[in-house]
Amino acid sequence: MIKKRIFALIVLLFGLGLGWAVLRGEQPNAPKFIANHPFRLGLDLSGGTHLLYSADVSKLSASQVDDSMSALRDVIERRINLFGVGEPIVQEQTGSFGSGGDHRLSIELPGITDIGEAIKMIGQTPFLEFRVQSDEPQKISIDKDGNATIDPNGNFVATPLNGKYLKSAQLSFNSSTGEPIVNLNFNDEGAKMFEQITRDNVGKTVAIYLDGQVISAPVVREAISGGQAQISGNFTPEEGRALVGRLNSGALPVPISLISTETIGATLGEQATNAGVKAALIGFLAIALFLIIWYRLPGLIASIALVIYIAITLALYKLIPVTLSSAGIAGFIISIGMAVDANILIFERFKEERKKGRGTRDALSEGFSKAWLSIRDANTASIIISIILFWFGSSLIKGFALTFGLGVIVSLVSAIGITRVFLRALPTMENSKVGKFLFSNGFIK
Amino acid sequence: MFVIKYKKIFIGISVLFVTLSIAAVIVFGLKLGIDFKGGSSLELSYNTTRPEITEIKDSLINSGFGDASIQPAGEKGIVIKSRDLTEAERATIVSLSSLDGKYQVEQKSFTTIGPSVGSELKKKAIASIILVLLAIILFVAYVFRKVSYPVSSWKYGFVVIIALIHDIIIPTGVFAVLGHFLGVEVDTLFIVALLTTLGLSVMDTIVVFDRIRENITANRNANFSDLVGQSLSQTFGRSINTSLVVLLMVLSLVFFGPESTRLFSIVLAIGMFFGTYSSIFLASPLLVVIESLQKKNK
Repeated sequence: MIKKRIFALIVLLFGLGLGWAVLRGEQPNAPKFIANHPFRLGLDLSGGTHLLYSADVSKLSASQVDDSMSALRDVIERRINLFGVGEPIVQEQTGSFGSGGDHRLSIELPGITDIGEAIKMIGQTPFLEFRVQSDEPQKISIDKDGNATIDPNGNFVATPLNGKYLKSAQLSFNSSTGEPIVNLNFNDEGAKMFEQITRDNVGKTVAIYLDGQVISAPVVREAISGGQAQISGNFTPEEGRALVGRLNSGALPVPISLISTETIGATLGEQATNAGVKAALIGFLAIALFLIIWYRLPGLIASIALVIYIAITLALYKLIPVTLSSAGIAGFIISIGMAVDANILIFERFKEERKKGRGTRDALSEGFSKAWLSIRDANTASIIISIILFWFGSSLIKGFALTFGLGVIVSLVSAIGITRVFLRALPTMENSKVGKFLFSNGFIK
Repeated sequence: MFVIKYKKIFIGISVLFVTLSIAAVIVFGLKLGIDFKGGSSLELSYNTTRPEITEIKDSLINSGFGDASIQPAGEKGIVIKSRDLTEAERATIVSLSSLDGKYQVEQKSFTTIGPSVGSELKKKAIASIILVLLAIILFVAYVFRKVSYPVSSWKYGFVVIIALIHDIIIPTGVFAVLGHFLGVEVDTLFIVALLTTLGLSVMDTIVVFDRIRENITANRNANFSDLVGQSLSQTFGRSINTSLVVLLMVLSLVFFGPESTRLFSIVLAIGMFFGTYSSIFLASPLLVVIESLQKKNK
């Protein structure tokens, strides 16, 4: 008995500790290990924009499609990152059921509510340009502490040559030294410009800029004709490959068209979050009240188990992490109701066994073992449904299916495991009136 | 057990509701949301006061957005629904809604869905309903595979299907009526709510059938309809209490939850109600009817 009680106490403390961690993590200046796992809110709760693009791959051969799609994703991801959006999600959606093999790109931009800006950001071609060293002396600025800094960009001036004139870029390796080399191929117009620029700048640096940032600054050795340029220097093969990727990303590899958008203002998202939390709290209180009034002591135990259930589920949302949407919160709220179901099944069985004249402890273990089959079968059906929903659904449905399914699984643990641990740790109070009252339910005295 | 005694009345009520619902769907049809047919939905909020809806409507019609429908939302907001819009068209509608800047307006949310995405979602929705039904039938047939006396296990599965179809048709009928009179639309969340209802309803039914199975094994010679009645009265309290608890949660979602899941929770509430009804008052009485028909044929 003592062992059972100590174990119950440990479970209780674990649950309360978890609940504390979940709540504490949402407050400012929380300890780092908790604050590192915040709730992840979907766009409909945090506010932001979701864009769905369809990629036209009809001009590509089947073997090129995958590469082009991931190149497309990379390009767009890079473009978004340049604008400093927090945690953008760019995903390919290919070959899903019902889409007719359409290749899609789903883009989520939290915090961006200006669709025009978002579309511009994605549709824009990044700017690749070549700059040459100017004849002006380096500009040196001195700040108030007397430290001198040289502006690395200040010394370069733009040339007319930019990404528009680049045909392609490839990575190769120097046959004698094995050094990685990036080969640039210009089109005819670009070739002429490049020849001119190199002729004028032998021995000087020509810097290659992408969106205003230097990505490479090779030194010109001789005038180059034929529209072929090489960049060699202090980079690893990986860096070289990345550079090639970036140079080739001057334009999108696949034409894309916008097929659906969704924008939710930040205030609307906040209202939805608050309403969801409120609904969950009120619903929980109503259930706890019902359980305690109807099932008395076991009902109180079930309510405590429910609190632990909620703590575990919320902690899982943070750790997995599950992106919460309003549909997801609905799934969670309904799963709270379902979590109680298993307890009700057990309590009703318990009541029956007591009616048959069993003692409290006997009736409890009978109640658990007899109710288990029904609980297992009934919950399996729900789990099957959530798997189908998750598998088939759009992101909206997936959010619901995930929280609902997760809730059902966790509720099996909490209803069977946690409630049982607590109930077993209680004194049976077999012969006292109070004990009889506390373990009865409904209108029975 | 009164449920078995008056089974004809209870089955009759179900038949009535299902017939009415089918009639409603045929007569009124379902109003599909933009996620199924494509289109756009723009929610705006006016900073001070909202102009007359007709004024906004006129200004939209004059600029070629005659198909747009405008509904008030809350005290200062409106929702404009129309075909799928390009970014430029959206910006135009927002500025038109401010009646040339006379009213300060703020965009709260905007969704536009291309027709291809819409038809894809529709296909997915239908496929997932069929898949869920199939999965449940197979599951029930599997769970009750060992129960074949006096009613064979596939008949349990058959009864579960009837109960589930009942649970799907009635909320759909209610939404056909709501769609006709209040413009309520059927969207992806509606389908999710239906499927969740199926899950909860089948849970209820399984618990009752489990009890019937248990009682049959314990007492093979008893009259089948008595056994079903006994099983029902043993699980009655649990069924009602469980549904009540889930319903408490769903209702708190209806009344306090976010606007975006309100319709979803209303469907769930309706579905929960009829789902509980079907598992107590429809499924088990049907089992008894099937058994007595079997006897007559012998």
